[in-house]
Amino acid sequence: MKVGVVVFPGSNCDRDAIHAARLAGAQAEPLWHEDPDLHGADAVILPGGFAYGDYLRAGALARFSPIMGSVREHAERGGLVLGICNGFQVLAEAGLVPGALLRNASLRFEHRWVRLTVTRRDTAFTSAIPPDVTLLMPVAHGEGCYTSPDDKLDALEARGGVLFRYVGPEGNPNGSARDVAGVLSERENVCGLMPHPERASERLLGSDDGLLLLRSLVTSAGQRLAAA
Amino acid sequence: MTVAERPPRPAVAEVMHTPLHRALGLTDHELGVIGGRLGRAPNDLELAMFSVMWSEHCSYKSSRPLLRTLPTSGPGLVAGVGENAGVVSIGDGLAVAFKLESHNHPSAVEPFQGAATGVGGILRDIFTMGARPIAVLDALKFGDPSSARTRRLVSGVVRGVGGYGNCVGVPTVGGELAFHPSYEENPLVNVMAVGLLEERDLTRAAAPGPGNLVVLYGSATGRDGIGGASVLASATFGDADPQKRPTVQVGDPFAGKLLIEASLELIERGLLEGLQDLGAAGITCAVSETADRAGTGIRLELDAVPRRETGMAAFEVMISESQERMLAIVRPDRIDAVVEVCRRWGLPVAVIGRVTDDGDVTVAGADGVELARVPASALTSDAIVYEREGRPPARSRRAPAPGAPELAHDGLPERGMDPGAVLVSLLGDPNLASRAWVTGRYDETVGSDTVCGGAHGAAVVRIKGTAKALVMATDSNPRVGALDPYLGAVSAVAECTRNVVITGARPLGVTDCLNFGDPERAEAFWQLTEAVRGIADACRALGLAVTGGNVSLYNESAYGAIVPTTQIGVVGLLDDIGRLVHPVFRAGSDVVALLGESTPGLGGSIYADHAGAVPDDRPPGIDLARESALQALLLDATRSGLLRSAQDVGGGGLCVALAECCLWGGIGADLQVTVGTAPAVELFGESPSRVVVSVAPTAWDALRSLAAGSGIPLRRLGLIGGDRLRIRLVGEGATGAAEERGAGVADEVDMPLDVLRRAWESGLPRAIGEAG
Repeated sequence: MKVGVVVFPGSNCDRDAIHAARLAGAQAEPLWHEDPDLHGADAVILPGGFAYGDYLRAGALARFSPIMGSVREHAERGGLVLGICNGFQVLAEAGLVPGALLRNASLRFEHRWVRLTVTRRDTAFTSAIPPDVTLLMPVAHGEGCYTSPDDKLDALEARGGVLFRYVGPEGNPNGSARDVAGVLSERENVCGLMPHPERASERLLGSDDGLLLLRSLVTSAGQRLAAA
Repeated sequence: MTVAERPPRPAVAEVMHTPLHRALGLTDHELGVIGGRLGRAPNDLELAMFSVMWSEHCSYKSSRPLLRTLPTSGPGLVAGVGENAGVVSIGDGLAVAFKLESHNHPSAVEPFQGAATGVGGILRDIFTMGARPIAVLDALKFGDPSSARTRRLVSGVVRGVGGYGNCVGVPTVGGELAFHPSYEENPLVNVMAVGLLEERDLTRAAAPGPGNLVVLYGSATGRDGIGGASVLASATFGDADPQKRPTVQVGDPFAGKLLIEASLELIERGLLEGLQDLGAAGITCAVSETADRAGTGIRLELDAVPRRETGMAAFEVMISESQERMLAIVRPDRIDAVVEVCRRWGLPVAVIGRVTDDGDVTVAGADGVELARVPASALTSDAIVYEREGRPPARSRRAPAPGAPELAHDGLPERGMDPGAVLVSLLGDPNLASRAWVTGRYDETVGSDTVCGGAHGAAVVRIKGTAKALVMATDSNPRVGALDPYLGAVSAVAECTRNVVITGARPLGVTDCLNFGDPERAEAFWQLTEAVRGIADACRALGLAVTGGNVSLYNESAYGAIVPTTQIGVVGLLDDIGRLVHPVFRAGSDVVALLGESTPGLGGSIYADHAGAVPDDRPPGIDLARESALQALLLDATRSGLLRSAQDVGGGGLCVALAECCLWGGIGADLQVTVGTAPAVELFGESPSRVVVSVAPTAWDALRSLAAGSGIPLRRLGLIGGDRLRIRLVGEGATGAAEERGAGVADEVDMPLDVLRRAWESGLPRAIGEAG
């Protein structure tokens, strides 16, 4: 099972994602943004950072990069894609997941540990998460306020597309509509979330809850590979 | 035609009745010395180059004789003072690079860009050595937190530090925040960066090998930051400050990130002979320093420098402080590979000159016309040095009459004081309160190595693939420094090392940032002299080397000078992360104890700020032999796994330290403190060399015999448990209040943790008007 981690010039969580994906049992390799070849990756992670500086709008330029065409094709073939933080912003800009991410309600960069509820365990991204477990992981972003028109939010919730929500006293760090922290694409093979599971993959660092999410991804990709 | 042969031309400014050298910040005397070094009069371009290189900022012309007195060698040191950053070996072929640096004046003029480029600059110092930056710490000092100016500065500086660090992906893991009226017009922005390298990748900022190419990569050169070193960093603030705005550089963290990745790739692939970042004084500084370190010269082709704008004059190109640029020395057969790496990271790259063997920095214009020729050493190692005169202020020269009794009391009307109320007020003081409002703006977990961030205590960053971790802290003691700059420096070194040692880590070395006033004033220079003496004494006593640092002078405004501020940074090595000791109370029924004892004196304490201090009250002294013994004892105790927690007694004294242990651990304690002389000294005094520890009941005897063996006093205070902090005062000095008030309440602290937590958490946002 091979995970490809896309490296834009301003990615700064690519190493973290590779490290955590390996802890989750995957073979993990970087994928350079200028090279459209996915080099046989079974699943793709778009990591956090500031892809091309993001001076215009987070993720706005990254969607036009050579590798994003291949990531899109991979997703259209049903391949698994996980976007974390800036990766979520890129996925949203590229239309691979619904909604948009605006500046935080506080208008400030927010770093804090948050708690997430997991709405479903029957997806490729959550299958290894035990029932009734909430996930502790950090957020670190300036543009993570999930936004979508009310009717689309209703539809998203109705189809089970809201996968993670902020809960507990740590609260909603960015003013996201309906406390949305992460969403699923319509075909449920692309997931974007603002919190950082890769930074919560070792007890030493404060939590290994994020590893549950990455293990789900690795296991699901492995199963798909075996089935194919 | 060489420079020397061409006829002199009247300088532009001379026509306008101000001699050019003075307009550039050079004195008449310095102009004469320059003539002596060159053996002729300098031309305008050369004068501009000297003006930036002989600025205080670049030449350390006032502080250099003092800095020579610091201990600068120690075990494991592989690069020290004079390099971009100190580097210390930590075994397994790894080494750590670290340094503190100031960006005070730019931050006063333009807080966001000033702070951002401060971070960018210190990060460049780290990766120039071949190290990947793994952590940033910021030490910030501002004036009155309720003033509009301070609030604007705090907001801008915090956004600037975060804006750069967050984007380049280096976690900001700790720091310090302090307020004092003397920083009102002149805030201090000191930034410490730490990097990790394979020892074989250690890179020098030198230009060896005549014939090698001089390569500039990174951002193009523009007009920003012209004269930053000379105009901004080396002069006192006056009325014309808005005019100084163009001297502030503008940061581009995305370019900074590209620069880090490209530089580390170039180094790892062994493509570079030398590497120097461009900071103060731009190209002039980079070429003269690299050439001088290697004993070579450099000939620059000025037109080859990529520009951001047209029509730039030669001197503008030579002294521009445009950010995110690097100067590399490359063998001709490797230039293609270097260009390929830079292109892949999207960075402009140009060969702008060659290494020569003549010892000169030569600037050639179009058609090879020589525009300037200056010995590299004259700009750097042989720059002018001043033996300034230092004189203590009149009041400090008054010696106590021989045999005069030393008063043990603190002289305060503390009878009737309610220590619980004082504790709440101290915890809410913006100097002691939670920094969460600041640290929440910083990405402290990027890199997936942060074990402990900036919330409390020293920062701990593990090293992947090993059991090791680096522990880092930065501390200062300006309130004590204001009363006694020597003691301020000594106590900053002691506190910072102690903060690292209590985690179980062994300090590797010390970096310093000296923030002082105008060295041409005898009192300010005396303060600097005293501080350097203090650092030297403390480092020698603790067996540590100063691995590098930075001096920031002229921190003055029309309202006066800042208080002498010696900022200290320490990095320590923890061999086994499993042995890490946290500063928080953990388990109920553990025994709480105090190592060390209090000594009289409330001068310089936060308590004195709140309650007022008698004018003659001195800060408590420090016994460095005792400090050293305490630190050795702590390392012994952590190595043998005795300690459940350890917390330094610092600002706010014992009572605040105990409250922090409780708040951070989420558990209370029931304690008893014996008061020998005065409750305020015992509870809120800031005498150094004290640590609050907790141990399992079964470990108590072992700790006692360890402490007895080292001669460090150990007092049992009580037990952990409950959801209140209760401290009963007993002993001779505790009786007054209770008797006078007719009740026992004032002789104890008894506060619910919730109340203490509210005070601690709301203190800073309330002080700076960001509550709610």
